[in-house]
Amino acid sequence: MDIKEIKSKFPIFKNKINGKKLIYLDSANSSQKPKTVIDRISKFYSKEFSNIGRSVHSLAVTATNRFEETRDMMQKFINAKHREEIIFTKNATEAINLIASTYGDKFIKEGDEIIITELEHHANYVPWHFIRQKKGAIIKFAKCNDKGEVEIDEIKKLITNKTKIIAITHLSNVTGAIMPIKKIVDLANEKKIPVLVDGCQGAPHLKIDMQELGCDFYAISCHKMYGPTGVGVLYAKKKWLDVLPPYQGGGGMIEEVKKDHITFPGSPTKYEAGTLQTAEVVGFSESLKFIEDVGIKNIMEHEKEILEYGLDEIKKNNSVKIIGDPKVRGSIISFTIKGIHPHDIATILDEDGVAIRAGHHCCQILHEKMGVVASARASLGVYNSKEDIDALSNAIKKCNKVFNN
Amino acid sequence: MDIKELYQEIVLDHGKNPRNKNKLKSFNKEAKGHNPLCGDKIHIFLKLDNDKKVEDISFEGEGCAISIASASIMTETIKGKEFNVAKKILENFLNMLKESSKLRINSLSEDENTTMMSLSGVKRFPMRVKCATLAWHTFMHAAEEKKGTANTEK
Repeated sequence: MDIKEIKSKFPIFKNKINGKKLIYLDSANSSQKPKTVIDRISKFYSKEFSNIGRSVHSLAVTATNRFEETRDMMQKFINAKHREEIIFTKNATEAINLIASTYGDKFIKEGDEIIITELEHHANYVPWHFIRQKKGAIIKFAKCNDKGEVEIDEIKKLITNKTKIIAITHLSNVTGAIMPIKKIVDLANEKKIPVLVDGCQGAPHLKIDMQELGCDFYAISCHKMYGPTGVGVLYAKKKWLDVLPPYQGGGGMIEEVKKDHITFPGSPTKYEAGTLQTAEVVGFSESLKFIEDVGIKNIMEHEKEILEYGLDEIKKNNSVKIIGDPKVRGSIISFTIKGIHPHDIATILDEDGVAIRAGHHCCQILHEKMGVVASARASLGVYNSKEDIDALSNAIKKCNKVFNN
Repeated sequence: MDIKELYQEIVLDHGKNPRNKNKLKSFNKEAKGHNPLCGDKIHIFLKLDNDKKVEDISFEGEGCAISIASASIMTETIKGKEFNVAKKILENFLNMLKESSKLRINSLSEDENTTMMSLSGVKRFPMRVKCATLAWHTFMHAAEEKKGTANTEK
């Protein structure tokens, strides 16, 4: 794979940051966008824009077609059985809230149990917390070990007859641990418990096939997949969408509205209320094309190589401690430097054009578990190279120098 | 711009060896401060006597070098000063980080002035201004007995 050529497709890398070349290591937060995505949005607004699904004029038909074509592409991309199983949301957070709210309302009662893990991002905890409060349900946390991974037995031992859903991350945004989703789904299936997967970090870095994984719900963040902000995807099995109630009410999601009753159509219409982020969804079709052109297998191989190189390089520095050491991991290196707070690390790195994230990465439970308040996180995208890791290592050495360590 | 403008020796020293970082045995006011964006936390213990003098002040907390250094420098600077003077120093300090880059206050000794000025580099790093101001906001929270947790968002 020619990384230089791939990088050249992303206009942001032409810019200097603090007078330095941009070393972007914050793709777990949000990835950069290829020119094709940016141009597609511009072209859509310049030539094809209209609201979708409502008017009958030519522009509306074109816009609707482009939007729905993206749904078809997404269906194919994740190998969903039906196009109705692809729902566009504003982000993955909304996708999880949609399920927590509708599934929670209909199927979770007082004393029922929700299993999540200590690895979860706040987006896969807080929505369940709302259901806990509203319904008097119980949230059980599957324990994460000191390697920053959750073993399947930790989930297994929490399952009871009261377990109503298991909600887990595909790939931890802090330790990089990749969860054995298929095995967890098989385990849950024995007791007919649905499984929701937070696929924010999974979808950009792994091959995701809904038939292979077998999960009931999968939440995707499109802006982490080289796509525009404002777009998320909820994959949900048709059998659930047929029985779950609508989420938000408004225009575009109704069948018939009378003064005394309202009826609703099926999915995805039922879940896509109001005017949607049309241009962004259409722009996202180019992200999928980009990923398919490069090839997800190639992306995985490349990122694995850079990740392993990164881990080796960073481990050479004795003052650095890497958070977690999961057996199966992807695309993320979170770390601390002795005597230097992560925010100070991030500021010093930024001076050299190295963009990382510092903080708790929306995972306070996990940081507490790992015994740190915050961490610095370098996360990879397809455009990263070994040179980027070298720049990171050098910038880390500079932190030690600034702090006289 | 050199990163050393932000991490000046005085700042690093206060960050690594913070002064007054403990819980006062005797205090009559206290407040907690929290910066929800970065997770910095601070707890100020204050002894304000009847004449409204900062008889003693200390802090506990976790945070980056800038926030710990700022808390340390603040406690060192305002300890023993009249509350009104401390308030003036605070206003000057906030002003230094937001608008001017100089302190305009006569009641500080040259040393105090130099120490406070060591934080002036923060002004060039807008994302870090809140780290530097958290302790000061929390001090006012304690002194004026405001309810709840102080945070830099308000």
